[in-house]
Amino acid sequence: MRIRFDKLGVVIAAIAAYAAFLAPFATFRANRIVPGEARSILEALPATTGPLLLAIVVAGALIALLKTPLVLRLAASVVALAALATLIGVAGSFLTPAGNTFARISPASGFWLLIFAFTLLLADVLTRLNLSPWARVGVLVVAALAIGLLLISGQWNSLSILKEYANRADSFWAEGSKHVTLALGSLVAAVVVGLPLGILCHRVEKLRAGALNVLNIIQTIPSIALFGLLIAPLGWVAAHVPGAAALGIRGIGTAPAFVALFLYSLLPVVANTVVGLAGVPRAANDAARGMGMTDRQRLFGVEFPLAFPVILTGIRIVLVQNIGLATIAALIGGGGFGVFVFQGVGQTAMDLVLLGAVPTVALAFAAAIILDAVIEMTATKRRVETA
Amino acid sequence: MIEIEGITKRYDATTVVDDVSMVIEPRTIAVIVGTSGSGKTTLLRMINRLVEPTAGIIRLDGNDNRSQPDYELRRSIGYAIQGHGLFPHRTVAQNIATVPVLLGWDKARIKARVDELMTLYQLDPEAYGPRYPHELSGGQQQRVGVARALAAEPNVLLMDEPFGALDPIIRTKAQEDLLAIQKRFGTTIILVTHDMEEAVRMGDKIAVMDAGKLVQYAKPAEILAKPASDFVETLVGASEKPFRLLSLGRVSDAVEKGTAEGEAIPGDASQRDALAELLWSGRSALPVKGEDGKPLGRVTVDGLVKRAARPA
Amino acid sequence: MKAWLPSLLRLLLVVLLVAFVTNPGWFQPLLKPLTENGAPAIYNQGSLLTLTFLHLRTVLIATVAATIVAVALAILVTRPAGAEFLPLSRSLVNIGQTFPPVAVLALAVPAVGFGEKPTLIALFLYGLLPIFENALTGLTTLPANVMEAARGAGMTGWQRLLKVELPLSAPIILGGIRLSVVISLATATIGSTVAAKTLGEVIIAGLLSNNLAFVLQGGLIVAALAVLIYDGLSAIERYTARRMGQETA
Repeated sequence: MRIRFDKLGVVIAAIAAYAAFLAPFATFRANRIVPGEARSILEALPATTGPLLLAIVVAGALIALLKTPLVLRLAASVVALAALATLIGVAGSFLTPAGNTFARISPASGFWLLIFAFTLLLADVLTRLNLSPWARVGVLVVAALAIGLLLISGQWNSLSILKEYANRADSFWAEGSKHVTLALGSLVAAVVVGLPLGILCHRVEKLRAGALNVLNIIQTIPSIALFGLLIAPLGWVAAHVPGAAALGIRGIGTAPAFVALFLYSLLPVVANTVVGLAGVPRAANDAARGMGMTDRQRLFGVEFPLAFPVILTGIRIVLVQNIGLATIAALIGGGGFGVFVFQGVGQTAMDLVLLGAVPTVALAFAAAIILDAVIEMTATKRRVETA
Repeated sequence: MIEIEGITKRYDATTVVDDVSMVIEPRTIAVIVGTSGSGKTTLLRMINRLVEPTAGIIRLDGNDNRSQPDYELRRSIGYAIQGHGLFPHRTVAQNIATVPVLLGWDKARIKARVDELMTLYQLDPEAYGPRYPHELSGGQQQRVGVARALAAEPNVLLMDEPFGALDPIIRTKAQEDLLAIQKRFGTTIILVTHDMEEAVRMGDKIAVMDAGKLVQYAKPAEILAKPASDFVETLVGASEKPFRLLSLGRVSDAVEKGTAEGEAIPGDASQRDALAELLWSGRSALPVKGEDGKPLGRVTVDGLVKRAARPA
Repeated sequence: MKAWLPSLLRLLLVVLLVAFVTNPGWFQPLLKPLTENGAPAIYNQGSLLTLTFLHLRTVLIATVAATIVAVALAILVTRPAGAEFLPLSRSLVNIGQTFPPVAVLALAVPAVGFGEKPTLIALFLYGLLPIFENALTGLTTLPANVMEAARGAGMTGWQRLLKVELPLSAPIILGGIRLSVVISLATATIGSTVAAKTLGEVIIAGLLSNNLAFVLQGGLIVAALAVLIYDGLSAIERYTARRMGQETA
């Protein structure tokens, strides 16, 4: 049999080889802020586990490099990722001198590159498997459970990012819930306002260009400026409208962040509603009208169901965008995971930055996968119905 | 001359073209007819190697078409397709000049050739040359598409449903234009169509394809008179046969001695048109005039009906 | 609306923008009511003109780099040799978009330090996605019969790419660049949280000293730049698309 190489596998194997043999696996620091010292895989792990991890990485890279069956590639990527995730925790305990509470161990570039390489392999396998929407959500749930288990088991507790977490466990969950409230709440508000506005824009041509232009211009205002600009009007409302302050409306804090996110969210919702409604086939509308449907019946019976996948796409854009933008709320005291990011930047404590950034990315990633699956389900259902 | 020898094309397990052999004489039009999926387009595309055959050989004037790089081969063969495929980002003149530019002709020669072709196709080079394809009508776009295919003076022109997107009136005109130009340049044309009417009108020879096989390859009259199989019979259309047969002949070939009343029909009109005119006007005979306008004689209903009968 | 009105508004915006960044002092009376306790109304820790210039330079460098890389990648995965990478590259683009710019920015700092570099990296990575996505759309949705004609005319792979595929997808690629530039203009302001010299410096100074006039002027300059550049690029896009008889978005 002739040996055949997989093109992507060449890239993956090259990254893995560099990461495993030339890049540091973990960083050791005597305390939180001093510069770190690099540790290779063999230095960072106990005498038996180090070579084991190297063997797993080399085997995984070889499987990726050659043209191998998808199942094998899937197994290789999952095993490699699981080994990396477990063993970075082992490295943490191994490198921390006994009884030392100041020493910090964090994953270094080699670890991240190995994670990247095998995630690439996993992503390629999953893409080629062409999974159904439900299966994709299933994979996401399994991955989330696995990470949750590792967290609960304490396997990672010796890593620096979790030491940062341990110091801030309470505020972590408080900021997290604020982050989710901001992102989801502003999305709900945007849908409640944006859908009717979009329908109105679809029906009233004069309104369409004007409304979309205004929303477009709002999008061009940099987020930090918009957050800042809303401080004044909301402060005024809090001071002058009776009861507003009691509702939590204040010049700084969550309120301006919420309003800013709401304003940013309007454009994708309204624009996609308009595009979705405009994309309803003329024939379907004519037939509906010809059968004597009223405007309202036509809207809910024909136009809306047909435009639904496009509107959902708008909602996906908004949710992913909001989860990211909500980090900036921290700059005006609005809370959210951004608090850790900006604190971390301020103290040049990268593990603190990660404590804010990693959950944000994970949230956005999960939201994207779930909504993509929902969009695909509604879109394919419709296609089957019309076929 | 184009020699196709034992050409087969398989995609995995499906055989799209199955051991087809035929010879196309120089300076003639061969029409390949068939239903969709019969392999006619694949056969055409193997001539300029847009598709590589699984087996068999194609020779152009005695040379294997694989003896030069595929792109050089294609530059020497004209190619016109349904929906014209004009480059939307280039002007009409630039579109026509595509292959001459690829061949590195000098500017003056390119301009002269573009102007010649545009004039031939009744498009004023000054007015239409700088326009973009979307600014032309469907018929004009189609003419530019054929002009582009002919630009580098190819000996062979391949056409895949070139008139498919045109409405019936423009289509007839486009077919006549093509016949005139083929006579003028002496180009060998291979044309693919699913329309038997078009095949009978255009072809010196017709190749009928069914399920990848060449079922019959003969002159139009023979296809009509002696269909090789039930499939060809159906394709020809039993009820249409006599009229198609008549459309092959010229009025001048059916002239009888004598005179008749009314306006004269030109001798180069088709016998089918003459019969239609007779039936429609309720007369039994029409006068016939030559190219110079002089009377040649007359055609009669009886005479034409005899010609429409199955040849012995 | 009369046809000349948008052009007039645009011209007015350009004049206002230039006047503001070159002679901000003229506008002091307008911004004064937004300040408290006699704080300065006009940013006084650096020249607005210089910051505007640096802001634009950062965006320009990042966008040019992102365009070159994104278009090259899109070309690669749409060639037969790179076809294997196409589905994966689509997934990666999808995943990449879920990374918030702030996170990219903050995570780039340990690798390259504070200042302009992490901003450039964040803008580059974030700008890649819209351009790559649009270039991919453009290169994979070319009209089939035009591509067939190009092949039939005897163009080589390179000739098809340079003479047909890229010119035909130019409007869509330009659309991606436009999106990318607008996102980058806004994102560059966040760069000032890691000490990049951009207009974000003005906004953040305003936030820190509770000076709304700073926040407003920084925000408005960036917004005006974004609107004008967006408009300009849209016009080029419409011009190239209309020449080909395509519908404009």
